[in-house]
Amino acid sequence: MSLLEIRNLHASINGKEILKGVDLTINKGEVHAVMGPNGNGKSTLASVIAGKDNFEVTQGEIIYQGKNLFDLSIDQRAAEGIFLGFQYPVEIPGVSISNFMKTAINEQRKYKGLDPIPTFEFMKLMEEKKKIVELDSKLANRSVNEGFSGGEKKKNEIFQMAMLNPTLSILDETDSGLDIDALRIVAAGVNALRSKENSTILITHYQRLLDYIVPDFVHVLYEGKIVKTGPKELALELEEKGYEWLKYE
Amino acid sequence: MNGLNMNSFKKATRPKEDDFAGFSCNIPQLITYRINQFNGFFFETKDSSLAINNGTIVCSMEAAKQKYSSILEEKNIKDLSLYEEGLFIYVPKNAQIDLPLQILDVIKAEDSILINSKSVIIIGENSKLKLICCDDTVNDKSSISENTLQIFLEDNSSLEYYKMENINNSSSIFTQTNFILASNASLTTFWLSINGGNIRNSLNVSFEGEHSKAELYGLYLADRDQKVLNEVSVTHNRPNCNSAQLYKGILDDSAEAEFKGHIHVGKNAYLTEATQNNKNILLTDKARVNTQPFLEIYNDDVKCSHGATIGQLDQSAMFYMRSRGITERSAKMLLMYAFCNEVLSKASLQELKDKLQDIIKRRLHGELTSCENCVLVCNNPCESMDVDITKIN
Repeated sequence: MSLLEIRNLHASINGKEILKGVDLTINKGEVHAVMGPNGNGKSTLASVIAGKDNFEVTQGEIIYQGKNLFDLSIDQRAAEGIFLGFQYPVEIPGVSISNFMKTAINEQRKYKGLDPIPTFEFMKLMEEKKKIVELDSKLANRSVNEGFSGGEKKKNEIFQMAMLNPTLSILDETDSGLDIDALRIVAAGVNALRSKENSTILITHYQRLLDYIVPDFVHVLYEGKIVKTGPKELALELEEKGYEWLKYE
Repeated sequence: MNGLNMNSFKKATRPKEDDFAGFSCNIPQLITYRINQFNGFFFETKDSSLAINNGTIVCSMEAAKQKYSSILEEKNIKDLSLYEEGLFIYVPKNAQIDLPLQILDVIKAEDSILINSKSVIIIGENSKLKLICCDDTVNDKSSISENTLQIFLEDNSSLEYYKMENINNSSSIFTQTNFILASNASLTTFWLSINGGNIRNSLNVSFEGEHSKAELYGLYLADRDQKVLNEVSVTHNRPNCNSAQLYKGILDDSAEAEFKGHIHVGKNAYLTEATQNNKNILLTDKARVNTQPFLEIYNDDVKCSHGATIGQLDQSAMFYMRSRGITERSAKMLLMYAFCNEVLSKASLQELKDKLQDIIKRRLHGELTSCENCVLVCNNPCESMDVDITKIN
């Protein structure tokens, strides 16, 4: 059974159709890159999987681990192992990262019928995962994303991903706004978390990220549909020929 | 207006001492000098005679009129005949009080009562005082409490003033507090309106010396059809003084709040720095806020700002939190708590801050009972419950 199966997904916002029949199958352990020009539905696809409710799904279905995803609320999807790394992480003044993470972990545990995580275990986990993305210890006591640089925000996304240990991670334009050093750290973090049990969807419009995180498949999302799927070399071809090339294919 | 039919309210009479025997309030880990006021009347206790050997006076206004009339005259307090109930606190020059003073203002009505107290507090030169003032009803009977308070801060003195209003839904509290600051004085106030049918606070700060500063923080939480009004007026008539106001509120159900802020900068008040900020969250369509920030400036060489916001909980933050597995209810709680904590975090008394954070959390959960109406841990038996069931799950 595949981990995620998207069938003929149509979604619109304010009556405007953005996704026009997306089909995508993801198996455990795979990394999929979804590429395409801006404004063609990449972020919408990520938001619909995560459950953002300002999108209206008009057709199609998403089956995740045998469950109809549309039956689950945003937080239930997260507790079921879906993680969305935001393109623009949100600042939450007054909520410290450690408080935020502890609440998230405990609520996910509650969903699974587990007791709250013991404090010392949580502290240990924080220390361990901070190292993966070289997150400054001082940042962990600050409010979530408040006053963080672009790079720090993205590192914080990967840090959260490491803490929550998701089954399916969707990283929406994780490379945008990153300098080359931050990109390397973020990519190393993602690679360190790769396993046979979990899968990743990388949403990007540059090939650059894929030098560091090598995907198993590359998909091109164009005008609301996946128009092309290929091996990692497809990304290079796109880089060389540009998205314009797709129009003539 | 709620319950303002004066005719149905009787003036409070002096309660019997044993009416309140056994009443005690504690803030865990925080030791304070306790001053008890019941229905506006000062009650002598072991603490209130103050085992402070520095000449600090704590007594009723009635006693002060006889014993300390010269001090009152010096402060030009008029209409002394009107001062019946109420407190007199005098901290002499160069005095350090090791512990905070805690005034427990307990309202226990058998019937609808009207409480009227006028108090005077004087903090002498170079002295420091931390004052915690808790207004609590201990049953669900209606009451109206009117408190007038004059506080004088002499040169180089400092005051941290914490006010907690936590009364039942059928009670009203009206406060009028005037702070008069001499030179180099430092004032910080926390005004927390935690619960109450009808709350009106009028706070005035007047700078009569130079290089003084006032930080005024307020937090109000109201639900059902509660009403809260905060009128904050700061008068800068002398140069080189700073003032900052930060008032925040969350309103649920059909609660109403009003903030009227006024900064007056006089002609001579050059180099004044004054800010004013009021932020509100409305949780329902029926809740209402009226905010009126107001600056009146007659000098060019000043730095002043004001701002007011009214909004809902940040939806993008809600989505972000929920995408991490935090339920909608918890995400709301975290956001509301963070909103309140911007005010609470400024409190310098750590033990009190912990307690306040706990109280605010419980208030946001809708857990407040009339017994726990008491801001502090109350050992009184609970006579009636006033839990809003709809807010608990």
